[in-house]
Amino acid sequence: MALRDGEGPFFGEFGGRYMPESLIAALDELSEAWQAAKLDPEFAGELAALHRTYTGRPSIITEVPRFAAHAGGARIILKREDLNHTGSHKINNVLGQALLVKRLGKTRLIAETGAGQHGVATATAAALFGMSCTIYMGEVDTKRQALNVARMRLLGAEVVPVTNGSRTLKDAINEAFRDWVANVETTHYLLGTVSGPHPFPAMVRDFQKIIGEEARAQVLELTGALPTAVAACVGGGSNAIGIFHAFLDDPSVKLFGFEPGGFGLDSGKHGATLEMGRPGILHGNRTYVLQDEDGQTMESHSISAGLDYPGVGPEHAWLKDLGRATYRAITDDEAMQAFRLLSRTEGIIPAIESAHALAGAIQLGHELGPDAVILVNLSGRGDKDMETAGRYFGVLDEGGAEQ
Amino acid sequence: MSASPVADAIHAAKAAQGGALIGYLPIGFPDLEQSVEAAVALVEAGVDVLELGLPYSDPVMDGPVIQAATQAALVAGFRVKDVFTAVRAVRERVRAPILVMTYWNPVLQYGVERFADDLKAAGGAGLITPDITPDSAADWLAASERAGLDRVFLAAPTSTDERLRLAAAHSRGFVYTVSTMGITGARTDVDAAARTLATRLRAVGADPICVGIGISTPEQVHDVLRYADGAIVGSALVKALADGGVSAVASLAAALARGARDTPSLAD
Ligand SMILES: Cc1ncc(COP(=O)(O)O)c(C=O)c1O
Repeated sequence: MALRDGEGPFFGEFGGRYMPESLIAALDELSEAWQAAKLDPEFAGELAALHRTYTGRPSIITEVPRFAAHAGGARIILKREDLNHTGSHKINNVLGQALLVKRLGKTRLIAETGAGQHGVATATAAALFGMSCTIYMGEVDTKRQALNVARMRLLGAEVVPVTNGSRTLKDAINEAFRDWVANVETTHYLLGTVSGPHPFPAMVRDFQKIIGEEARAQVLELTGALPTAVAACVGGGSNAIGIFHAFLDDPSVKLFGFEPGGFGLDSGKHGATLEMGRPGILHGNRTYVLQDEDGQTMESHSISAGLDYPGVGPEHAWLKDLGRATYRAITDDEAMQAFRLLSRTEGIIPAIESAHALAGAIQLGHELGPDAVILVNLSGRGDKDMETAGRYFGVLDEGGAEQ
Repeated sequence: MSASPVADAIHAAKAAQGGALIGYLPIGFPDLEQSVEAAVALVEAGVDVLELGLPYSDPVMDGPVIQAATQAALVAGFRVKDVFTAVRAVRERVRAPILVMTYWNPVLQYGVERFADDLKAAGGAGLITPDITPDSAADWLAASERAGLDRVFLAAPTSTDERLRLAAAHSRGFVYTVSTMGITGARTDVDAAARTLATRLRAVGADPICVGIGISTPEQVHDVLRYADGAIVGSALVKALADGGVSAVASLAAALARGARDTPSLAD
């Protein structure tokens, strides 16, 4: 069986559907709608048309030689998901699910968001399709991504700051599930990553795999060969699986996922689920989880709201155990240095999430040498991060950002 | 089918007074000792079956009252092994059977077989598992069978008949009839959906069936016991404990038990 054929509910021993009975009917309904849509050329046509006329697909690739000069001289090519409408890869999944919701006849979208990119994309789709929209966002994240809160409200969505638990992404997901249980008849939970109960991991992957399918052809056309390595940041794992998927059965292509290392793996303050977690159940699927001895979920830490999650999609857990993909941690500071480096060398300001992949590419460049070609998923743009970045460098470079 | 202490207690309550009152409290709230005192007080006030909650970091089926209490228990240092201490301590003082209500990951991390053995040794009757369904619970079905523990699965208004059959076939103790689409928390109206679901469950052979979520008053207990074998009260008891301590939760439990006893034993 090809690695690309994984359809869930299980990826090896990971995945599944560990959920309250109250939501099983909705998950079954969603699975059926998705299976039907996959076989329906009309659905594929509608989604493709939206991507062409609204998202701005295909997204381009950009080679970045001035940045690559800091990465051992390897060739580095960015897949520009930052140029999508709403500023990240999240829109790929949102438009796909929103079209399904139309078929299900539901009229309200709810979603969790960390960085706010998925919330913005969902609020955008709700506006486009005339649906009502509620976004759950950890209170910590509403503060560090305040600009995106304003964007969502402008788009007509209600933004609910979540004040329980760690007040970040995992708690926003809990709150979205609670809303869904109570309102499942009219409401679709538009989960933003390749996590959660079946069918979400496989379905969201299918909506994101367009990234790798486009990029594989684009890199082949540019260089005449497949890349040596593919790099992406991993929060829940949707942009990473999106760019990995087309390459899963190309054994020569090395796949690297970069998780948030926070203050460092020894500090205990990180979100490096695949390196530091162990298998368990969180949010409806069996996967690696950052948890204590008792199975209580631990709080993750990352400077990047979109990566600040103590779980990870089950397909990544499977790829890790198979050895097909390698996962490493990038610290807050490594990510921020890469953030500034790309801005200054190439005139492209990345999302802090994506900066983790860029920092990873710098490491890979040094390891793989100047003959390597590294494809990096630039999953989003950094406009939302100006305040965090401004404060970060203001502190580091006190009195002179000009060195 | 092995004997079920919980089903026995519910049938006995039904014969004696028209139906069973099942009371929920979290273990470790406000601390371990007082949670034991409160559980004992519930039984002394007339609660027939105890449902003791294992505090968990991500309780997706719980509303604000229970979330706040279980979060406080975790902050106060609750550990999973405290469950067995609490169950043992309550059972030393009162005879009502005890089900532990737990999300699945803490059991998985403790070891399903080991958890079953330790719960049995402490005198526990079984588990209520809100976030796993029988089709995702092969290891728990095997462990509960081997250890002779009850296992309570949930049935929801949205469940198909096929899924109700699955819940009925795999539950032992009772089937947890989710009264309404939503999470735990007091409601002024217990949904008409509860009565419909109870009827559908009877039709697929579920016995006994107990209704939970949203029940907070003696009148609601009374109404539910007209068509169900047991009524489950959670958030209202937790709120009483949080606001007024053990004496307050005991007097609410006594009032709820009067609601259960007033029920005519012939359902209309
Ligand atoms: C730009 C960007 N990249 C990456 C992520 C992380 O999510 P995932 O791992 O699902 O791609 C986010 C999440 O908010 C994001 O906004």
